[in-house]
Amino acid sequence: MLHALQAEFGYIDEAAEPLIAEALNITRAEVHGVITFYHDFRRAPAGRHVLKLCRAEACQAAGGDPLAAHAQARLGVPMGTTAPDGSVTLEAVYCLGLCAVAPSAMLDGRVIGRLDQARLDGLLAETQQ
Amino acid sequence: MTLRLTIPIDAAALAVGAGQVASAISAAAARQKVAIEIVRTGSRGLYWLEPMIEVETPAGRVAYGPVAPHDAESLVAALRVDGGHKLRLGLTEEIPWLKRQTRLTFARCGIVDPRSLADYRAHDGGKGLERALSLGADALVEQVVQSGLRGRGGAGFPTGIKWRTVAQTTAEQKYIVCNADEGDSGTFADRMIMEGDPFVLIEGMAIAGIATGATKGYVYIRSEYPHAVAAMEAAILAARKGGLLGNRIGGSSFAFDMEVRVGAGAYVCGEETSLLDSLEGKRGQVRAKPPLPAHHGLFGRPTVINNVLSFASVPIILDKGAGFYRDFGMGRSRGTMPIQLAGNVKHGGLFETAFGVTLGELVDTIGAGTNSGRPVRAVQVGGPLGAYFPRALFDTPFDYEAFTARDGLIGHGGIVVFDDTVDMARQARFALEFCAIESCGKCTPCRIGSARGVEVVDRIIKNDNRAANIEVLTDLCNTMKFGSLCALGGFTPYPVMSALTHFPEDFGAQPRLQAAE
Repeated sequence: MLHALQAEFGYIDEAAEPLIAEALNITRAEVHGVITFYHDFRRAPAGRHVLKLCRAEACQAAGGDPLAAHAQARLGVPMGTTAPDGSVTLEAVYCLGLCAVAPSAMLDGRVIGRLDQARLDGLLAETQQ
Repeated sequence: MTLRLTIPIDAAALAVGAGQVASAISAAAARQKVAIEIVRTGSRGLYWLEPMIEVETPAGRVAYGPVAPHDAESLVAALRVDGGHKLRLGLTEEIPWLKRQTRLTFARCGIVDPRSLADYRAHDGGKGLERALSLGADALVEQVVQSGLRGRGGAGFPTGIKWRTVAQTTAEQKYIVCNADEGDSGTFADRMIMEGDPFVLIEGMAIAGIATGATKGYVYIRSEYPHAVAAMEAAILAARKGGLLGNRIGGSSFAFDMEVRVGAGAYVCGEETSLLDSLEGKRGQVRAKPPLPAHHGLFGRPTVINNVLSFASVPIILDKGAGFYRDFGMGRSRGTMPIQLAGNVKHGGLFETAFGVTLGELVDTIGAGTNSGRPVRAVQVGGPLGAYFPRALFDTPFDYEAFTARDGLIGHGGIVVFDDTVDMARQARFALEFCAIESCGKCTPCRIGSARGVEVVDRIIKNDNRAANIEVLTDLCNTMKFGSLCALGGFTPYPVMSALTHFPEDFGAQPRLQAAE
């Protein structure tokens, strides 16, 4: 149900919590607890694009740290936030299961492996279109 | 004559351009007026060669890779004549990296069309279920017990014993749950099976249903795996149509059906009891054990919960017999393990082999060292909760007990390779930071210990009262290890303490030679 709401609206508005609670006959606190427990559920709309960079060990070993720093510097925002112009939300993800083609990323659901600075710049350029 | 090509739709192959390669080859074939048929398969697991395409020839499939879209024209032109091309790797089955493996669980992965139940059956799929039906529930559980199969998710608990416990528990409703929340960095075997041979997982779960009297199954897949979710959903529909699932599976009187449930980005949900809570629609918080899920699992009912690879190994065990499977391996680790080589490694991928191969062989010979060309300094085995091993421990055989004896774990079989630029104090800090982010918050050692641990490591790195803080860290790790409810808090000390023990110089210790003087 929460997945469906997020798929429809892009995030789960706080105003939806009492409605969900009512429909499922549970307390609002329980609904709030579930939404805030999981990293995937958003409380506010994301940017027009979502760029996830894998920050787990296999990607760290393959040079993921400087790439993450580069993306943050280029966009001027830290991980987990949206660029001021609303173009892109930059997020850390802990493993996309692409560890043998590390470092990896996901742009709006599209997977990218063997990421390097040039490829990352290409992805960032895509988000500005 | 129509040329038959296979090109992976595995997520990691797509991530390096397999989709563009497939389109480019179609276009090139159209331009050159060559009739081709492209079948999209899973990956063979030789990821440094992806996108790897294969062409059917009378002698067998011939591989080419890594193929870029701009190679399409010359490749199609070569295929019109003798197939000679600079990217030609020879017969796929003869590639040494693949040839020296023992592929039991992954027998079909990369070969069959994951969307075709007919193709699955043409490659021996379904034989395990047939045998299971002829044996009956009790004898079939005995086969799984005899095979020595242990939980491939990491805990290594004997699968057959778990099944027997559920079979012997009476209840109106029982469940089969597959843990496909493969969150460990450096692991991707579950994803490969779901994307490359999903019917083997369905067959394994259906067999578990027959064995225990469960009629309903769930596959809990992490949201980071959209391709696996789609592949499993398509396979379940096809399996229902083809009689592998439904009211009369395989024409028998047994009923079994299943569905996919998608996670929401919580690492801790890979822990079996928090996964069950998450499946019930709650926060994924760890439950205290006992009661065991086998007695009191999903919705309070007896539940078999196993990893993807455990279920996927069952069909071949039944097809070939418990003895066949048990004859591979060493000690109490029987059968084969799909090992995943990842990180800074030259030849990364899926290497399934009998237990007993040494860590050094895996990293140096099979993995061929680092991709950066620098010396290997450390490897982390078993995901973010696994220990860091230095070269000095490379003689450790891949075996549950051997790793435990050296304060490590094989976990889900992932090996992440690091070169000599790694800072082990930072890796230790990351392990604690990750635990703090992902802790479900139920028990104090994990929730508070991880946050305090990050602060202590920071003080050690800053050389603030270093010796005393190392003592605090050691003590804290002990508390977490013995006081946490589940493996997240309980095993986070493995990467931390192994880094501290094997790489003290990164924590400010004097190099050992000087210290000895």
